[in-house]
Amino acid sequence: MQKVYTKIESISGNVITVHAEGVRNGDLAVVSSRHGSSLANIIRLKENVVSLQVFAGGRGVSTGDEVRFLGHPMQVSYTDNLMGRVFDGSGKPRDAGPVLDENMIDIGGPSVNPAKRIVPKNMIRTGIPMIDVFNTLVESQKLPIFSVSGEPYNELLARIAMQAEVDIIVLGGMGLKYDDYLFFREELETSGAMNRAVFFVHTASDPTVECLLVPDISLAVAEQFALEGKKVLVLLTDMTNFADAMKEIAITMDQVPSNRGYPGDLYSSLAARYEKAVDFEGAGSVTILAVTTMPGDDVTHPVPDNTGYITEGQYYLKNGRIEPFGSLSRLKQQVNKETRDDHRSLMDGMIKLYASYKESMEKKSMGFQMSDWDIKLLKYGEMFEQQMMELTVNIPLEEALNLGWEILSACFSPEESGMKTSLIMKYWPGKDKEDK
Amino acid sequence: MNTGKVIGINGNMATVKFTDDISLNEVAYIILGDSRLKAEVIRVNGDEASLQVFEMTGGIKVGDLVEFTGELLSVELGPGLLGQVYDGLQNPLPQLAEKCGFFLQRGVYMNAIPDSVWEFTPSVKKGDIVRPGYSVGTVPEGIFSHRIMVPFGFSDGEYSVKKIAAAGSYTAREEIAVVTDSSGNDHSLSMVFTWPIKRAVTRYEERLKPVEPMITKIRIIDTFLPVARGGTFCIPGPFGAGKTVIQQNTSRNAEVDIVIIAACGERAGEVVETLIEFPELTDPRTGKSLMERTIIICNTSSMPVAAREASVYTAVTIAEYYRQMGLNVLLLADSTSRWAQAMREMSGRLEEIPGEEAFPAYLESVIASFYERAGLVRLYDGNTGSVTIGGTVSPAGGNFEEPVTQATLKVVGAFHGLSRERSDARKYPAIHPLESWSKYTGIIDSKKTTFARDLLFRGEEVNQMMKVVGEEGTSLDDYIVFQKSEFLDSVYLQQDSFDPVDGSAPIERQKYSFDLVFSILHGSFNLPTKQETRNYFNQLRQRFLDLNSAEWNSDSFKSIEESLRGKIDEKLQKMSK
Repeated sequence: MQKVYTKIESISGNVITVHAEGVRNGDLAVVSSRHGSSLANIIRLKENVVSLQVFAGGRGVSTGDEVRFLGHPMQVSYTDNLMGRVFDGSGKPRDAGPVLDENMIDIGGPSVNPAKRIVPKNMIRTGIPMIDVFNTLVESQKLPIFSVSGEPYNELLARIAMQAEVDIIVLGGMGLKYDDYLFFREELETSGAMNRAVFFVHTASDPTVECLLVPDISLAVAEQFALEGKKVLVLLTDMTNFADAMKEIAITMDQVPSNRGYPGDLYSSLAARYEKAVDFEGAGSVTILAVTTMPGDDVTHPVPDNTGYITEGQYYLKNGRIEPFGSLSRLKQQVNKETRDDHRSLMDGMIKLYASYKESMEKKSMGFQMSDWDIKLLKYGEMFEQQMMELTVNIPLEEALNLGWEILSACFSPEESGMKTSLIMKYWPGKDKEDK
Repeated sequence: MNTGKVIGINGNMATVKFTDDISLNEVAYIILGDSRLKAEVIRVNGDEASLQVFEMTGGIKVGDLVEFTGELLSVELGPGLLGQVYDGLQNPLPQLAEKCGFFLQRGVYMNAIPDSVWEFTPSVKKGDIVRPGYSVGTVPEGIFSHRIMVPFGFSDGEYSVKKIAAAGSYTAREEIAVVTDSSGNDHSLSMVFTWPIKRAVTRYEERLKPVEPMITKIRIIDTFLPVARGGTFCIPGPFGAGKTVIQQNTSRNAEVDIVIIAACGERAGEVVETLIEFPELTDPRTGKSLMERTIIICNTSSMPVAAREASVYTAVTIAEYYRQMGLNVLLLADSTSRWAQAMREMSGRLEEIPGEEAFPAYLESVIASFYERAGLVRLYDGNTGSVTIGGTVSPAGGNFEEPVTQATLKVVGAFHGLSRERSDARKYPAIHPLESWSKYTGIIDSKKTTFARDLLFRGEEVNQMMKVVGEEGTSLDDYIVFQKSEFLDSVYLQQDSFDPVDGSAPIERQKYSFDLVFSILHGSFNLPTKQETRNYFNQLRQRFLDLNSAEWNSDSFKSIEESLRGKIDEKLQKMSK
């Protein structure tokens, strides 16, 4: 029994209200106007006043339009036919393929019981030394790339997606430039990865509310695949657009803003999405790699700031390189003890020296006399930047570790390196032959 | 049954119309088909009440039935709490997983305390006089003797024991005693009773000043920034500075009887690490698994927000309960900012006038009253027990000027501030040695630690100066001070928490290491040039780091120590004075 209501009381931004009875919080409705029909969901009930947010936006909605309640919350079809397809934020095909309406599942489902989670243990190899050596990516990790507009973050995302050994790639695009969407599609098509990928894309010109749905719809699909034993990698770009869409809706709804206009539940809303990253015991996993652009390159902006507290680390992409300072993979300890015994010490030691290099650079730029130590550090820093940090470097972890020792030995004496004596004996190039 | 009807839903707040009397903070259930969604009354206005719902509110409609229970939000207290993993409302998560599978199904509530059988030994006899909080007997729970007490919630006054069970096995909810109050009414006691989480337990003789240090085995804390048993401390820091690693280390190594971890609005993965690791690790003090002394209250970031607000109170109530048995309890809350944000979300929905950064105006008083539940107390039987509270704070943008950090700093006894510069330079633990403070006394003579701190301070000054005038413009004496402070930092303040040996430094070893470091800091060395100074301190540092990761008093420890002492003597000038 679907009732149709034809009296819309108020239209404010993307939110409309209508008098209705017996409808449930969170359920969907269809709003049909002269310009076509759109889905809407219930976000607030007060006596018999029902507030709905219209996915296609409030523009052109008339007070006489029809509202029909569907009696269920937002759903997406989950079948194998999803592979290779492209949809928009409300689940409508964006490509020429058919509409999918079998096996509908709810989106934004409950969170995983922490008691059912397991400690992640599989490294995801990317061939990028700044990731593999210094901030290892781990299966079921949630990790954002902090960047600014103009940096090649989408290229980095695409490269990791294609090199990582996963079964399924889900791309959630929010406020994506149309060119970027085409770039992703082309990259995945040419590398043959498109047949194991599914896209949910909201482009910059699409209605704001659909942007809000993209993470939920992408993650609901990813979760189902993972429950069937698949290793799923979810790429979300750009989460700052998602947060801005939340801000827009919150302000239309007269919510008290907390920080720079963002709603007070920004943290919880972001966390509800990122926490979908999980390794199911006896089944598959969901790994989330997201892009968060920092407005004005400001990491204390509420979006990157809240994100940093939620995710298991972050990669800073700056000047086309992954910065060693600030970049962090919180799960690296889970995997880097089993890679090679020098991995951890080398990782810490090289960064400490790079930090000293930065200090020497500062001194140099102020025109101070360079001590022998400074000169050594300068040489080291340059080698480190060229041979390790450049994104064009594409070598497996073990080679990267050997390269680390090469760089150290080219610049320092063993004592100066600050490494443990036992490791120096084992790995210092030439140490096995001569010993002074 | 007192009932009402839903008339509005906004996020996790439901507005309910009621007829009979209801009280603030009482628990109600929204009936949704087969499931009952727990909620708490947070505002009453005329015949309308605002309820914060502890579950997701999708599917609720206007007109749904609400049942009021008349009870305040409470936890169950009794034997069987240790080793449990609860959500913020004291639902046991592993049992929930057995019942519902991978996902948290809403509206499913289970007994917090299992109906297991305990070996009861009475400590009172018929006719004895008891008061609320007095013990009537004990059961063994793990390594502890768990006191069965007269419920804290009984009204003040004397009760005479009318009946007490003989020594033997009883289930947790079986009657083990009957007491009669002064007006002649009988009250039945079992091993389990409830207590409202937002009220502090005050069934003790008096509160004492915390003096004895609580050893964490983290050098920078025990030596320079100590925490007392029964005291409070906070760890504010930007993300990625290592708050959680410090907390996890403390929960493993702290010398207390019981550790309660309140994972409040943080990542689920971190809780899982503890869940998986602790049963495997042995507590060096008891030889038993660490999990046997641990309780985890876990309301991670994607779990319902309202229950997050409750979770810290659930944790502190359980801590107070074990304190009443004469035990030392440590409560670690990670992170109190998420708890404050939960208050902010609710305050926003209630359309209260926002304070700074939209936090409610009562933020400070709520934080203060939470930390005030820590303390060292003398119980009725003369023994002491303590609750120590350590909370992490996650300030927005890493800026300590924000309301939650500031409100916390006003009420805690020690401040372990983490710095972004230190963590960027991989100097862990990234506690800033100069900005942090502690009002408690530690394990090392304070004259010596003051000397070391002054040296750090001067080293930092020299370092700043060197940035302006360069190394060549710095005098050799200053340069040696700088090298000494760097040395202290890298071999003593920094500690590799993932190293099996260096990760935890017992008192004895800390005292030893500190004396050794102190002799270097205090000594004057025969170093003619800066180049030589740098090389020499590099060599000292190398040996000291090796020493730090060598097993205490092992052969390799002794040989490294010998080589280190040799190195020191090489340049140390014989004491002139």
